[in-house]
Amino acid sequence: MSASLLPSAFADLEPFASRWCLATEPQRWARRLEAGLDDMQEFYDACFPRAEEAIRYCDGFALHDMPEDAERLLQLLCSFALVSYPVEVWRQALPVDTGSARIDRIREP
Amino acid sequence: MTSFPRPAEGTWTAHYPDLGTGPVSFEDSISPQFYEREREAIFRKAWLNVGRIDDLPRNGTWFTKDIVAARTSVLVTRDLDGEVRAFHNVCRHRGNKLVWAGTPAQEACGVAREFACKYHGWRYGLDGGCTYVHQADEFFDIEKDELGLAAVHCEVWAGFIFVNLARTPRQALREYLGPMVGALEDYPFDAMTERYSFRAENNSNWKVFIDAFQEYYHVPPLHTHQLGPSFRDPKATFEAAHYQLDGPHRMVSTSGSHKHLFPEEHLYPSEVLLRSGNMGPWDAPAIDRPLAGVNPGQVKRWGIDNFQIFPNLEILIYERNWYLSYRFWPTSHNTHVFEADLWFTPATNARERLAREYAAVTVKEYALQDAGTLDGTQLGLESRAFTSHPLNDQEILVRHFHKSVADWVAADEGLRAEVGR
Repeated sequence: MSASLLPSAFADLEPFASRWCLATEPQRWARRLEAGLDDMQEFYDACFPRAEEAIRYCDGFALHDMPEDAERLLQLLCSFALVSYPVEVWRQALPVDTGSARIDRIREP
Repeated sequence: MTSFPRPAEGTWTAHYPDLGTGPVSFEDSISPQFYEREREAIFRKAWLNVGRIDDLPRNGTWFTKDIVAARTSVLVTRDLDGEVRAFHNVCRHRGNKLVWAGTPAQEACGVAREFACKYHGWRYGLDGGCTYVHQADEFFDIEKDELGLAAVHCEVWAGFIFVNLARTPRQALREYLGPMVGALEDYPFDAMTERYSFRAENNSNWKVFIDAFQEYYHVPPLHTHQLGPSFRDPKATFEAAHYQLDGPHRMVSTSGSHKHLFPEEHLYPSEVLLRSGNMGPWDAPAIDRPLAGVNPGQVKRWGIDNFQIFPNLEILIYERNWYLSYRFWPTSHNTHVFEADLWFTPATNARERLAREYAAVTVKEYALQDAGTLDGTQLGLESRAFTSHPLNDQEILVRHFHKSVADWVAADEGLRAEVGR
């Protein structure tokens, strides 16, 4: 239990941390494609009511000098933003009518 | 019926009578022969945007850009005096590709004082001059001073780096861009330095994807989901507020969806939570300079400017003070590489970072729908089931683009015939 990834105030999100604290969009996108919709719905439902508080927690630190657990919390929020589309909009992993298209994010801050 | 005033002629298309109103052929998007003509007439003659000054953050930085359609790779450097220069990325000695990463087909970037050819060790400075010839004594009648890299015309406008592969460009860059695009020169692009970049390899002619981004007629049917379920109207139509043409360049302004002003019940929960979405982060950064060149039609409820800069650059400027740029690089008559960059003012805290992240996520979601139409369109056009296609007034930029491509190719071929090459 000592190895918690998230700040202790967000212990309720800890069950999602090992799968959704991912540093880059390509990692998050790959996770989105392999996760089922139920899986993402569960993560979304847990994260949504805590998101505002989590953002405030992260804003307690300088953006480029965050403790590791807060950094992971922000990564979790980025994953939340990414799964919000399958959950809220598409009801499937990929956008409706994606067809054979693929777009890779190759740079991010 | 119309929501926005139209020109006195009654339609945007009639306002530009050279365009005509007849059906348009897309043979230019499926013909391998026409692609060969474009390569020579457009990609070796027009000014091409290969990057931004942000790609060369200090003296000594460099990057390469492969321009398959022009059959070359360009090496762009910022030399020790700060001057931006471009060269064919080819060693003077035996023609080896000079700089690459991993394989010669991969682009590269870095910091250097010199470039060394991997093959025989010849070296070049950031100014393109040859600085070292291995075993120089073995050569016959060579002057090191004359063995520099082949320079490519290079100019920087508003931080956008352009190259022109013609021996002598017919116009300087600013003259080429014309007054409509040129008016953006003092837009605060340089305040927007936080970048998200995307790349895709698409199975369509490059113009087919440009066409998808220069009309909004497709938005209600294809991007139904951009509005929350309670706001959707199956009969929704789209009408842009302003269209403008200038030489081979064109633009459209829309009144956009000002989602930050929408009632919350019409929005997705995450849009409300993260205060961001397809129009960008809702809390626009303050910019203490005029937004030069935007909204040339003085649209009252202005949302987006979409500048289509000939041949393959698109700049989308949003009312929430950020912008997108797209570039479309043909790799054959029916394939191309798509590059997209989102540019924001730097996030100052996690909330702003997340709003930008959600905007970047959103752009990809809907761009996948746009890209999802491409191979279907290419396959359909290649069937030649139809050889001409009706275009409506909201598709005026599509009409103008294909005419500009045809005119550009014809003009170049005419000039070459005149001078006998």
